[in-house]
Parts: sequence; structure tokens; C-alpha cells
Amino acid sequence: MSESKKQQNNDLERRELLKGLATVPVFGLFLVELWRKIRKDTLKKSNILSGLVQEKSAPAIIKGLSDSKHLNIGVIGYGGRGGHLVRGAGFATTGWTNTVAENARKNKLDKQFQTFMDQEDLNCSLVGVCDLFDVRAEQGLDASQNEVRPGGKPKKTATRYRHYKDLLANDDIDAVIIATPDHWHSRITIDAAKAGKHVYCEKGLTRTFQEAIDVYDVVKETGITFQLGHQNRQVEANEKAKQIIEQGLLGKINLVELATNRNSPWGAWVWGIHPEGNAKTIDWDTFQEPAPNKIPFGEEALKRFFRWRCWFDYGTGLSGDLLSHDFDAINQIMDLGIPKYASSTGGIYFYKDGRDVPDVWNATFEYPDKDLTILYSATLSSNEPRGNRIMGHDATMQMGGQSGGGSVHGFIVTADSQSTQYKERLEQGIINSKYPIYTYSPGSKQIDGVTSATSKYFANKGLLYTYKDGKRVDATHLHIKDWLDSIRNGGQPKCNIEVALHEGVACHMATESYLTGRRIEWDPVNRKLI
Amino acid sequence: MNNLDSSIINNKCQLYGLVTLRVLIGWHFLYEGVSKLINPNWSSAAYLLDSKWIFSGLAETIVSNPILLTISDSVNQWGLTLVGVSLLLGLFSRYSALVGMGFVMLYYLFAPPFIGLEYSRPGEGSYIIVNKNLIEACALWVLYVFPTGHIIGLDRLLTKLKSN
Repeated sequence: MSESKKQQNNDLERRELLKGLATVPVFGLFLVELWRKIRKDTLKKSNILSGLVQEKSAPAIIKGLSDSKHLNIGVIGYGGRGGHLVRGAGFATTGWTNTVAENARKNKLDKQFQTFMDQEDLNCSLVGVCDLFDVRAEQGLDASQNEVRPGGKPKKTATRYRHYKDLLANDDIDAVIIATPDHWHSRITIDAAKAGKHVYCEKGLTRTFQEAIDVYDVVKETGITFQLGHQNRQVEANEKAKQIIEQGLLGKINLVELATNRNSPWGAWVWGIHPEGNAKTIDWDTFQEPAPNKIPFGEEALKRFFRWRCWFDYGTGLSGDLLSHDFDAINQIMDLGIPKYASSTGGIYFYKDGRDVPDVWNATFEYPDKDLTILYSATLSSNEPRGNRIMGHDATMQMGGQSGGGSVHGFIVTADSQSTQYKERLEQGIINSKYPIYTYSPGSKQIDGVTSATSKYFANKGLLYTYKDGKRVDATHLHIKDWLDSIRNGGQPKCNIEVALHEGVACHMATESYLTGRRIEWDPVNRKLI
Repeated sequence: MNNLDSSIINNKCQLYGLVTLRVLIGWHFLYEGVSKLINPNWSSAAYLLDSKWIFSGLAETIVSNPILLTISDSVNQWGLTLVGVSLLLGLFSRYSALVGMGFVMLYYLFAPPFIGLEYSRPGEGSYIIVNKNLIEACALWVLYVFPTGHIIGLDRLLTKLKSN
């Protein structure tokens, strides 16, 4: 082969090779650009997070305590909430288990049944049910017998008691769940504590300020284990938020904004009147016994029995029902205690249905010693999700609501454009005040179908589900478990009487202000409202 | 139609156009695949949950089954990455154009931009029937019909190795 031929062949091969590898540099360019992007993102992330958020995972659920002692439970008030609490203890009606099992079959994303069946067996029995409405009392008995439950066949079944005092007289009962309307809370809690029963009481703590003080004193004297029904105490997001605030990432906090938005008859407590509710099936006289104003049984009484949240005779409306949750959550996150001053205004602007509690209501709480104001604003005629905002000099934490970290149960932290702490990072462009510096969005890989607007409201507030180790758990179940574990090991549950008093007094201060039209001051020495 | 029409081979402008199209789509696929691989929180669930029209039932089945969801996640992450590398380098690029077309058509069919179907996921714009997925699928169809890997790409070296 001549030299020129060889040269020609070499040229050909080189050309072949060049054509074959022509796009490899583009691939190289891609890899270089990708590496640059990853490096920049990591740097950005590490700059934002390192030295800012110390990653701490929430405490895991402690198992094993349930084995130590079998507990007998009684429930007083087996309505909607009572039913949920008892399910948290592991007992659901056959109607409920059938419905949710059927829902799960129809909609594969509906995990309610699975979440219930995956609950830990809390080693307890439902042995007493007291409700003033026969239908509900029967449902309670049914729940105590239903074998479809975590842990299988119940060890014991329940007896029905017509009056709570008869239930408390049963020495076999160790602890009671109180889920009656608020006007009964203090009497039953005090009697139960005096009878040596441990108490789980639904929020709001009591109907009046003095009742809250009385409950506190009796719980302290008797030494029973008391848990107030704020299941948000079990929510991982709140623990995480607390850590972030304790680390000072938000800087000095002077204003906290809490909000309730609902826009449905259900959300405004216009609940159905049970077709079987009548003078024979409802013990109306007992129901209204502690209420300041009494009416004879009739159509109005039926409305009041099933929609009691709409009247100050039985509860405190938005204050005890919804503000109490948000107040307790912020108290959990920031350890605020009882405010010095509270004032509130509002009115009945949408639901002119005979109720006497406001449906639009705004309250402010002042903490002069903490340089802090809490602003609570509620409406029952708009579903606009405002969420809760903790506003610091350096950053704002937005929880729940529309911008809750892109997910229910979560929160986002965004730096303030005028922040001192992040000044340099903001100037260097490492932090941009338009984008979150921290996003907490648990269960983002976990899929579930929380569908209805009301479910979403509760889930946004962290009241339905929480995530533990990436798995969805019913917060109410954890709250009941926390109470039962505390009874067994003698510790204090998360929403014990100390923090319960904070919620109770704060809410009553705001209610009192609405009713009297003046600013209310808390006198911690004499434990009085001025 | 295994080889390019001679008129196209002779027309370098058309050839370069096709190669550029192949490389750009390859880049797009590769980035989509790699960005999903390196994001520990990425899941196909959000896209599937928002599915409408004929495949919404299938999407629901996949999301509700952790094993199927894991498979769906892996197929997307690795499928997009491999198709991307293949198109970019021109290696088996004819087959990957077909696979890529399948991917994009599935994305299209799982969430078609038909009037009356509303998505919670933000879209890239407002379309009627035609969207960028459909256009990319058609572009991949063109790349399948007019392969270029054996002219500019590793397929060329592969063919040569085989013939030797």
C-alpha cells in the first residue's frame, strides 16, 4: 500500500471516528453543566441549612408501655368527637368499620381503614358508656363489642350508664374520656378526679373562667393524670417548628397571626338533627342542667342538643371550639403561657339562625413581658385559607393554609428582606426572600386521599393526621396513647393540666371581652380576670 | 425505510437539522431523568394523582400500590436517563426515539389538555389538544423515521465494528 493510500485510509478512519463521536462533546457539556448545577444547589442548600437548622428528627413513638397494665375506660358523651376518641383507643362501631372498609375498596387512596387497623393495640377495654341520647349510647356499646379492631376481639364489653355519676361509681373503671358539650366538662372532670379516675377531657377546657380554675385545683389536689383534647400536641410539624424557633431562626418575634376560615353549614356547626331524637330518646333535662338558661323540650331544644356549639349556654363558640386549637398549638411551639391582656370583637353576620355566638370574631392577646401580640381572626363564611403566621424580624413561618409548604401538615420559613441575621446571605444572593429557606413537608412521598373540605381544614391545622417515620398516624390515637402511657408510668401527658389552664384562661379572657365589650386583664397573683 | 433517503444524506442542512433535533431532545430527556434520580423526594405520584381521562383509573391503581409506584418511579427515572444518553450520543438512537415517543405519549395521554379537564398541577401554558408533549412525541417520530445515529453518532462506529 502506497503512502498516499495509507494516508487516505487514515483520513477516512479519522473522519469516521469524528462523525461517530461528534455529539460526545455535547454529552460532556451536559455533564459539566449538571455538575455545576448540583454544586451550586448543594452550596445554596448547605449555606441556608448549615448553621441554621440543626436537623433533629421528632421523637419516635415509644412502644411497649401498653403491655404493662390493662386499663378499663369509660366514655361520657359518645357523639361525633367521642366516637373519634374511642376509635383512637381502638374501638369503632361496626357501622364505621363497614363504611371505611367499603370506602377503601371503592377508592384505593382512602387509607382511613388501614390507618385504624394499623393503630397500636393500647391494651385497654371500653367498659362504660354514658350518653344522654339512646342512639349514641347504643353506638358506644356496639363499638365496645366490634371485633374489627387493632388487637382483635375485645377483652371486655361496655355497660350503659344513664348518668355519669353511675359510671364513675364503677370501681373497675380506671379512666374516663369526657366528650360532652363544654358546659358539662368541669362538673364531670371534678367528680371523676375525686373518684380517682384519670381524665381525658375534650377542649375547650370549660364553659366559664371560674370552672377552669376549679378544674385545675382539683386535678392538682387529686394527682390524677389529666389530658386535654388538643391532639395537635402530637403533631411532628409542631415539634419541628418549635426547634426552629428555639434556634432563633426567625429572630425576634413580635406578632403571631392565627386564623380560622370555614365556609359551610357543617363548619358553622349547623349539624343534622337526628331523626330518632325526641323526648323519649334524649334526656333533655339532664343535658341542660348546668346551663344558665333553660328551655322546655321541643324543636328549639332539639336544635340546641345537636348544635350546642351555637349557644353560650353550652359552650363558647369560636373561642373554645377553634381558637383553643390554634392557641394551644402556638403555646406548644412558643411556650407562651397566659396572656396579660385580651380583647375581642365580632358579630353574627352570616348565620342569622338564632345562635348567640359570633360567626365572625377577632381577638388579640398581649404579652408585654414577651414583646408579643397574638392576633386571631375567624370567619365562618369564607374558605380562604390564611394559615397561621409567626412573624419574626429575620424570617416568617407560615403554617398550614394555602402556602403550607406545598402540603398539608407542613410549614415554610421565608427570610425577611430586611433581616439582620441573614443580611450578608441576602446580599450575596445565597438567600432570596422570595423563596423558602426551610420547607417542612412530611409524607410528601406518602400518598393519601384526604378529600373533603372539612377534612382538609383539620388536616391543615394538623388535627387529623401526623407523620411518624414517614407513616401516617391518627393524631387523636397518639394523644389517647400519650394519656394512657402517662397513667401507666406516672408521667405527665403532653397537654397536661398546666398547659390546659393556659388555653382555658386565654380563651375565656377573649370570650369575656366579647361579652362585656372591654379589655380583660389576667391577674396571676389572685387568679382573677380584671 | 432503514436508511435515510439519499436526497437527505446529500442535503447536509437537513442532516444537521435532524441531528440537532436529536441532541436537543436527548439533552431534555437526560436532564428530566437525572434530575429525578438525584432528587430523593421525587415521585411520579403527584403527576399520576392529577391524571384525567382514560388512564386516570390506571394511574390511581399505580399510586395506591407501593410496588407499582416504585416501579413507575424507577422506569421514569432510568428510562428517561437512558433514552436521553442514547439520543445524545446517537447510540441505538432509532430505538430510543421510539421508546422516548412512548414515554411522551404516555405523559400526554395520562393528562391530555382537553377542554373540560382541569389540573391542579400548574401547566406550561394554555393549550387545546396540542401541547409540548404531543409536539415532542411527533419530533421523536420524525427521528425514528429519519435516524441519524449511523451517520453522526456512536451507531456509526458500531456499524463499522460490525462490518469489520
